[in-house]
Amino acid sequence: MSAAPAPAGDRAGAVSSEEITAVPVRHPGRWVAGAVIALVVAIVVHSAVTNPRFGWSTVGDYLFSHRIIHGLLLTLLLTVVAMAIGIVLGVLIAVMRLSPNPLVSGFGGFYVWFLRGTPVLVQILFWFFISALYPTISIGIPFGGPEAFHFGANAVITPFVAAILALGLNEGAYMAEIVRAGILSVDEGQGEAAQSLGMTRLQTMRRIVLPQAMRVIVPPTGNETISMLKTTSLVSVVAYTELLYSAQLIYSVNYQQIPLLIVVSIWYLVVTTILSIGQYFLERRFGRGSSRTQRETLVQRVWRYAFPRHEGGMT
Amino acid sequence: MSTQPMVKAEGIHKRFGRLEVLRGIDLTVQAGEVTCLIGPSGSGKSTFLRCINHLEKIQAGRLWVDGELVGYRQQGDRLYELKESEVARKRAEIGMVFQHFNLFGHMTALQNVIEAPCLVKRAKRGEAITRATELLGRVGLAEKLHVYPSQLSGGQKQRVAIARALAMEPKLMLFDEPTSALDPELVGEVLDVIKGLAADGMTMLVVTHEMGFAREVADTVVFMDDGVVVESGPPEAVLGNPQHARTQDFLGKVLA
Ligand SMILES: Nc1ncnc2c1ncn2[C@@H]1O[C@H](COP(=O)(O)OP(=O)(O)O)[C@@H](O)[C@H]1O
Ligand SMILES: [Mg+2]
Repeated sequence: MSAAPAPAGDRAGAVSSEEITAVPVRHPGRWVAGAVIALVVAIVVHSAVTNPRFGWSTVGDYLFSHRIIHGLLLTLLLTVVAMAIGIVLGVLIAVMRLSPNPLVSGFGGFYVWFLRGTPVLVQILFWFFISALYPTISIGIPFGGPEAFHFGANAVITPFVAAILALGLNEGAYMAEIVRAGILSVDEGQGEAAQSLGMTRLQTMRRIVLPQAMRVIVPPTGNETISMLKTTSLVSVVAYTELLYSAQLIYSVNYQQIPLLIVVSIWYLVVTTILSIGQYFLERRFGRGSSRTQRETLVQRVWRYAFPRHEGGMT
Repeated sequence: MSTQPMVKAEGIHKRFGRLEVLRGIDLTVQAGEVTCLIGPSGSGKSTFLRCINHLEKIQAGRLWVDGELVGYRQQGDRLYELKESEVARKRAEIGMVFQHFNLFGHMTALQNVIEAPCLVKRAKRGEAITRATELLGRVGLAEKLHVYPSQLSGGQKQRVAIARALAMEPKLMLFDEPTSALDPELVGEVLDVIKGLAADGMTMLVVTHEMGFAREVADTVVFMDDGVVVESGPPEAVLGNPQHARTQDFLGKVLA
């Protein structure tokens, strides 16, 4: 520090063309952490392999069994239908919440408050037992008018219908918040320009605001889908034979709880992984500009490592 | 053409909560004329422009565009609010250009221009494209039809925005500081487009700080301050020989 620095322009030209060969900083902490983690993993794997109660052969027997695969398909069906309902409702409720009409926006707010404020498990049971509240469902003029259709609630509210209603309506509340944040992220000037061109509020929403809100809406919707996949397991309480309940039915007979729960976990992990990869691509498609600020997930990192992006590849 | 004014404002009052932004605006824009609206920041120029196509509701006064009341229908001495679709139909006849362009970011220049004609006027897509191509050519952007706004310069964006407004074949164009967000070297290309429109006889109300442009193009210059029209008249008079102290003060600052 005490020595006078060399004049700046003097050597710069000569030095900068040389390639830098510096001794890298050592990270002893990383090696220690790595060793500890390796040890823990080794212990866990060892116990998993040597402990017969894991029942790996049973896992193998049931992984592709007919009932498990059937349950898996029903889980996927529930996830897709509930998310579809949730997304449509979410857009609807979000637009309602932003309506200038206080009654309409008030209803939107109430919906979100009510459905986010009660556990989804309670909502599933509620829909399942709705026939106690309304034994018959009729379509016609309300308040005692003539009825066009009339049927027993017990026949209509099957476990599947109860599950779809509960999961879809509940998801609608969460999606509404996501969509609302997306809509609010679009610059107000966009809506004004559209309206000044003669578009109505709904046209503006559909053609100008929502498409641009997608950038903000899509990434959390991916998370919601993954979360929904796992939430569908709650439906086992109303005896709907999705993945978890299918496994429960099997182990209630053969008492192989742990192996069957491992089977179930493997399938959830497989589907979650596939969805995460899908989400990565959706984010790359819609999340331009905003993805920089988020930390990459493990899947994204693995994917990027396995398939490096080429310069100017995807536009 | 009839001789009725394109815009007629009488005693316009506009409040935001307790803040009174417009305090009795009287103003007339004749068809085929260019009116430049000048005045200090915060004097209510943008708000007044937004009232003209009913983006803001006025609290008192009357506002007519082409002889029709803005936002209301009068029957006897009662006013009835117009339905949203009726308001939208009236807005479609008035073009508006914003300081920050407000181009639709998810659409190319061409898509920006054809969107409203196809959606609002139900124009055939092919015809809309032909017309949009022509309009974009007229503002010097024939090469940029399929380019997204993020890849355009400020001056190019504003010219697309002008083409987008013209595609609706408006009878009145409102400009809110169309060059204020531009780098100095890009101001000229936008002003040239507006001058071209003036030469074609388009009726325009232009909020601007470009005094040279106002002097050259305006038929009338209106000076607004603190929510009222202080002085208006031909540019030589208002800009060359202002009568009011507030106008003199403002011009002194702007032209300094
Ligand atoms: N939506 C609004 N809500 C509340 N105040 C507003 C709103 N829009 C404008 N104002 C206020 O009205 C005044 C006039 O604004 P504006 O019309 O934008 O002036 P100018 O365009 O002449 O600079 C300012 O004080 C501004 O803060
Ligand atoms: Mg302004």
